[in-house]
Amino acid sequence: MNKKTLSFPYLFWAGAFIVIPLCMVFYYGITDKTGAFTLENIITIATQEHCKALLLSIELSLISTILCFLLAYPLAMILTGMEVNTHSFIVLIFILPMWMNFLLRTLAWQTLLEKTGVINSILGFLHLPALELINTPGAIVLGMVYNFLPFMVLPIYNALAKIDKNVINAARDLGANGIQTFLRITLPLSLPGIISGVTMVFIPALTTFVISTLLGGSKILLIGNVIEQEFTQTGNWHLGSGLSIVLMIFILINMILEAVFDQEGEGASL
Amino acid sequence: MKKHLRNFYIGLIFLFLYAPILTLIVLSFNASKTRAKWGGFTLKWYSSMFRNDAILQALSTTLMIALLSALIATVIGTVACISMQAMKRRNKAILMGITNIPMLNADIVTGISLMLLFITLGFRFGFMTILLSHITFNIPYVILSVMPRMKQLNPSIYEAALDLGASHTRAFFKVVFPDLLPGILSGFLMAFTMSLDDFIITHFTKGPGVDTLSTKIYTEVKKGIKPEMYALSTLIFVTVLILLFLVNKTPAEKRKHPIP
Amino acid sequence: MGQQPAQFLRDREETTLNKLIDLQHITKAYDSNIVLDDMSLYIRENEFLTLLGPSGCGKTTTLRIIGGFENPDRGQVIFDGTDITHWPPNKRQLNTVFQKYALFPHMNIGENIAFGLRIKNKPKIYIQDKIKYALKLVNLDGYEKRMPDSLSGGQQQRIAIARAIVNEPKVLLLDEPLGALDLKLRQDMQYELIRLKNELGITFIYVTHDQEEALTMSDTIVVMNQGYIQQIGTPERIYNEPENAFVADFIGDSNILDGIMIQDELVELFGARFACVDKGFGENKPVDVVIRPEDVELTPPGRGILQGVVSHIIFKGVHYEMEVTACGFEWLVQSTKMFPVGTQVGIFVDPFNIQIMNKPASEDEEAIGINE
Repeated sequence: MNKKTLSFPYLFWAGAFIVIPLCMVFYYGITDKTGAFTLENIITIATQEHCKALLLSIELSLISTILCFLLAYPLAMILTGMEVNTHSFIVLIFILPMWMNFLLRTLAWQTLLEKTGVINSILGFLHLPALELINTPGAIVLGMVYNFLPFMVLPIYNALAKIDKNVINAARDLGANGIQTFLRITLPLSLPGIISGVTMVFIPALTTFVISTLLGGSKILLIGNVIEQEFTQTGNWHLGSGLSIVLMIFILINMILEAVFDQEGEGASL
Repeated sequence: MKKHLRNFYIGLIFLFLYAPILTLIVLSFNASKTRAKWGGFTLKWYSSMFRNDAILQALSTTLMIALLSALIATVIGTVACISMQAMKRRNKAILMGITNIPMLNADIVTGISLMLLFITLGFRFGFMTILLSHITFNIPYVILSVMPRMKQLNPSIYEAALDLGASHTRAFFKVVFPDLLPGILSGFLMAFTMSLDDFIITHFTKGPGVDTLSTKIYTEVKKGIKPEMYALSTLIFVTVLILLFLVNKTPAEKRKHPIP
Repeated sequence: MGQQPAQFLRDREETTLNKLIDLQHITKAYDSNIVLDDMSLYIRENEFLTLLGPSGCGKTTTLRIIGGFENPDRGQVIFDGTDITHWPPNKRQLNTVFQKYALFPHMNIGENIAFGLRIKNKPKIYIQDKIKYALKLVNLDGYEKRMPDSLSGGQQQRIAIARAIVNEPKVLLLDEPLGALDLKLRQDMQYELIRLKNELGITFIYVTHDQEEALTMSDTIVVMNQGYIQQIGTPERIYNEPENAFVADFIGDSNILDGIMIQDELVELFGARFACVDKGFGENKPVDVVIRPEDVELTPPGRGILQGVVSHIIFKGVHYEMEVTACGFEWLVQSTKMFPVGTQVGIFVDPFNIQIMNKPASEDEEAIGINE
């Protein structure tokens, strides 16, 4: 069989279910109900309500991304150092939780964070004051870090595992101490993994509506909640698409970053 | 000392990752209907679960979607990988870029884009639309796990098989395919898992009357989750855990004699 | 082998003054696998010393212990009179050229070479001069801005050397640096390394499993097997007077025969008596006898000590390589004279070319064998 014809199924699929749908979002985003061209759906991001949601989303997802990075990097380094563990085993540990439904796992944090929940019970047992945990931006950040941490750990772990041990040895040999070796060799060489991890945490965190619904109560609206409501409740697809286009600008920036740092296209893989 | 610190850190992270799972497992044995308090140990949710048609229906839809979408995505993705080998560098890069879109794009955008497509095409929302969507976001996982294997492949072995008289098809299935198999399998497993765990895209592409476990849970959130759901999730999780344990045990024995 | 290291040291003049590195009773094991067993070895200033042996003989581990990448379980590493056994690599006044080069892939050539100097906060101008000088030394002027992955294997190797020597180490450690290069390039690089060593006037410790490489470049060769030193000596000494069957077999081709030492200067092979020059083995003692293929002289039939028939012949350029069956043994013979297959020949060996060695103490040690 010709290898060219083999590519047709996927070319068709990618065109029909990836490219065309995206074009439709753009089409809806820049038209109104009558089909006339308008930028109003996009400009509406500047209104106070939408702007507030977007800024809060950016703030919370940035905090989550940074927290994920700070938690994941040392973990990835420790895992790289543990030579007994095979790669697949480490992937497994992080994929395994996904077999418990993502909504349930996130809901479980309600049980842990509630006023009468597990954490406050422990605090009460220790005669410490109860904390206001649930329905706060903090709870949303926790939910984000919890859900997306594996997507930060795995790319960084992959990048670190790829570094030739002798390159590290060479830096030590040439007089660099542990910290110098880390800053000049390990960190720059793991950069593709970091970028990949940041993308894979920041984008879902920025656009989530589930975590904010489950852990933020109904009071805290993120940009994802606004878009979701436009589609499933208000039914204004044009406005929803317009706001999605705004989101896609962030996604695009991330994709470009990704492309610059990872030409092999492997970093995004788990 | 350093070693203890490391183990402590790993322990903390795993506690963080697995604490909610532990909570859910505990809740599945909780006699009280609300998750707020402990009403004693019970197994009744496990038995009532099997009598709850809505949950069983959602489970079977979820599994069907996961299995079918993972299978179809694996076939399309693997064939795509093979065909990309023959492509020009630039075309291949473009196609890989498009492949990356569903992975890098926000689920919500993927979800609404597919929803808009199905509306425009006049599809009836239901099982089919969910399946098509899941295949779409599963293909990249397959491609990204088969591609590295493909790159490692020595092109000479395929030619050697041809040289020894095998037909193209035979050469592929006898020498190339076995080499790709680990990548294909892990791609399939990844796709299956992703499909099972998906909520957002299903949320936008499902029709009324059809529910997967995820969407069912989401609608239950406001009314309160039925404890049978905890029981079911625990059951699924434990089953997978046992399966993985069994699967991992065999290769671990083999690994003692590494293949050069 | 369990022999005393001191016995080997007689090859080199025992002058305590110029011992630059002194390894004392080094033992190293991974899990239960002993890689080095009570090894002692010294390296003199300005010496080109090669650790030679099959894979798994402990040569790379020895180098890594000197470099500071491994800690020995027992024993000391003395460098210039100071015990540096537990010093980290960055404190040691020596630099390593790694197998597969280990260049920093995210830095260009200039930055790679400057790495060690920047760590030491040397002035910019000094660093620039050093880069220029080092690149000139390895014949790669003008490569500062190139990235490592754009260079060929041989070029990367030179950069790895340049990166090490700008730090002006007292000792350069080279771990199979030419292993990944093709034959022609390897030979060129051998001459290059000798030239470099002479120009720099520093000590080279070189690890290889390639005996030809070792013979070409070294001042001193240390033959190792299974964690023990088999012999230390000059290339000539190692080649012409191997201490045991392992060394004889590992270095060059050889005929290793079972013999009986009748008395001093007389050995019996296949029932025939050969004059030799060795003595002190006792009387009627089984020994190993080594005869290099180029030392076997073929004579017309009837003459010579043993009689045989040529069974194989290959033309090797400079000489012919033949196999001669005599007394049930396949003799490997190299000669510029051609004897067609089937020719009846006599075999003669000059007494000076017969090398007598003690049999290994146990069968087990003979089974150590030849992995490569």
